[in-house]
Amino acid sequence: MKYLDEFRDGRLAQGLAARIRREIEPDRRYALMEFCGGHTHAIGRYGIEDLLPAEVRLIHGPGCPVCVLPSGRLQAAIDLVERERVMLCSYGDLLRVPGAQGDTLLKAKARGADVRMVYSISDALEIARTHPDRPVVFFAIGFETTTPPTAVVLRQARREQLGNFSVYCNHVLTPPALRALLATDLSSSPQEAATCGAGVIDGFIGPAHVSTVIGTRAYEFVAAEYHRPLVIAGFEPLDVLQSILMLVRQINAGEVRVENEYARAVGADGNRKAQALMDEVFEVRPSFEWRGLGELPNSALAIRPAFADWDAECRFAVPAIQASDHKACACGEVLRGVKRPEECKVFATACTPDHPLGSCMVSAEGACAAHYHYGRFRQAVAS
Amino acid sequence: MSARRETYARTLDLARGCVEIGHGGGGRAMAQLIEELFLAAFDNDWLRAQDDCARLTVPVGRLVMATDSHVVSPLFFPGGDIGCLSVHGTLNDVAMAGARPLYLAASFILEEGFPLADLQRIVASMARAARAAEVPIVTGDTKVVERGKGDGVFITTTGVGVIPAGVDISASRARPGDAVLLSGALGEHGMAVLAQRENLSFDAPIESDTAALHGLVAAMVAAVPDIHCLRDPTRGGLSSALNEIARQSGVGMRLREAAIPVREPVRALCEFLGLDPLYVANEGKLLAICPAAVAETLLAAMRAHPLGREAALIGQVVADPHGFVEMETVLGGCRLVDWLSGEQLPRIC
Repeated sequence: MKYLDEFRDGRLAQGLAARIRREIEPDRRYALMEFCGGHTHAIGRYGIEDLLPAEVRLIHGPGCPVCVLPSGRLQAAIDLVERERVMLCSYGDLLRVPGAQGDTLLKAKARGADVRMVYSISDALEIARTHPDRPVVFFAIGFETTTPPTAVVLRQARREQLGNFSVYCNHVLTPPALRALLATDLSSSPQEAATCGAGVIDGFIGPAHVSTVIGTRAYEFVAAEYHRPLVIAGFEPLDVLQSILMLVRQINAGEVRVENEYARAVGADGNRKAQALMDEVFEVRPSFEWRGLGELPNSALAIRPAFADWDAECRFAVPAIQASDHKACACGEVLRGVKRPEECKVFATACTPDHPLGSCMVSAEGACAAHYHYGRFRQAVAS
Repeated sequence: MSARRETYARTLDLARGCVEIGHGGGGRAMAQLIEELFLAAFDNDWLRAQDDCARLTVPVGRLVMATDSHVVSPLFFPGGDIGCLSVHGTLNDVAMAGARPLYLAASFILEEGFPLADLQRIVASMARAARAAEVPIVTGDTKVVERGKGDGVFITTTGVGVIPAGVDISASRARPGDAVLLSGALGEHGMAVLAQRENLSFDAPIESDTAALHGLVAAMVAAVPDIHCLRDPTRGGLSSALNEIARQSGVGMRLREAAIPVREPVRALCEFLGLDPLYVANEGKLLAICPAAVAETLLAAMRAHPLGREAALIGQVVADPHGFVEMETVLGGCRLVDWLSGEQLPRIC
């Protein structure tokens, strides 16, 4: 496959890995967090950790939209589809995510609820057009990557005055989550951290697709305020290895800069047209709960009042449901890099991809699910 | 031994007619549907006798029996349809014991209103597949459910066969050191069906690989009687088939990603939809596990058969109390090839 195979070349990967090994300084620590689930998936899928020296540790971050969706919001969707008899359109990986008490959209579907799997929001819009007699709700989730398409479709629905279509908006924002992670990681003021080097994260592999929309400038605060290097990287395995090499070099040189490995797709300002669209249709919520991380200020989007007729939270009574994760679940610590997935007491025992207890196990891009699917054998070998 | 044929006021309207409730009612309408549609297509002495069962002569040996229900959606897809799929699926289940399939039974659940023209197309496809495989459909059953209670047509087929003397093939016989062979490229059936689904408008040049594998199996068994395991990687794909064998045999597997054949269009569509070809269904491929010493002989026998031309040695069986199927990736790292979680693609066969 052109434009993909070039970035999966085994020989080049071995060459990059050798350079990383050569440049590692044995007395240094290189704990690098990949923010995005896309990177987590690539790391597991291609066995990238096997190519890295022991000094480089990869921490799987919270950038998996399905994983960080709080179970209360999911439960509210289940209640909506069953109580209001709406037709709920959703991406496939949301269907198995447990809400409160382990209920899922898939189980609701089996009970008779009209839940449809779609590949894009425009499919949901088309379903609404072809079923004018039924209320159709699209369950929108995702970071800045999937938000512009939602904005486009909301504008389209308003243009068509499509009265039976609405969106249950769960879009979240990357920079506030990064800020929260850094603040927690440093557990002290940025100034103190800069001098004493607190925290467990030494650098970030920055988002790929998100950055095509928001640009590299959106991450400057990571270097300026929190003194951590960040390298924006594509989702292919060579992108990941190249970004690790760039981070290793920054750490060795004592630098803290935002660099862009994914220059073939990402610019400094991102996609201004997409940003303008998002701004027209969405406003920032004062606070939003992230599964595993808790309430984060200014970290999610709501639909603006001008589009209220197409906002499922205005059209229907969507209750705010508080549901906490299982007590034994260590997702919060895993997402902050304090614990590895296999250090959680319930990993691969009570919590598996078929019966997930915590957020990191619910989607294939979650830290625990990726480790379960791709890397579990290492743990067995070690024990 | 032909029974006297009933005469009907008019023949079935196969061009414009539909399945009616009466076609499953046990009366004259059902008899006419069977005679003019099923019997006309499958035609053989057993069916012509029009008994509720078939009396069969069975050669000496161990008998194999397998049954498989088919609910694929859509009913017609590039490279095949539910008809030939229902014949191939069961023949392959019988063949995976190393057996020579002898007879098939077919049971139809039809939905009221289903066009007879489509049913005739499906039945003709079954008949062609059975004839090509030289395995007759000797008995069957037809039921009709009310409109809205089915999805056009569901077909269950059952097959019997005999295992040649000296052959002992079972998923519990994989041993550390054995070679793992795959007969050809992965993922074609699953992606052909998926690309055809109504909400996905892909114009992918992918055809289902649906095929009867007993001819290939016969050639393999003739070359290497001591094949340890055979499995056709249908639902759940290669990963499920190998994990099942690993569990049943109490062993692990070590695969090489670079050795696993996947054609470009399948790779591209999987990439686009975020699917892994190792988990996508096949209907005309098989996995074979045999002692390493005879692996090259078996590979040569597979490659000499039209359905095994792209056969490849993809890995080996290893001792592993955890039963993990691991794979060396194209990058040189290692990953687990885990069981499928949930359902990747519903209604694929």
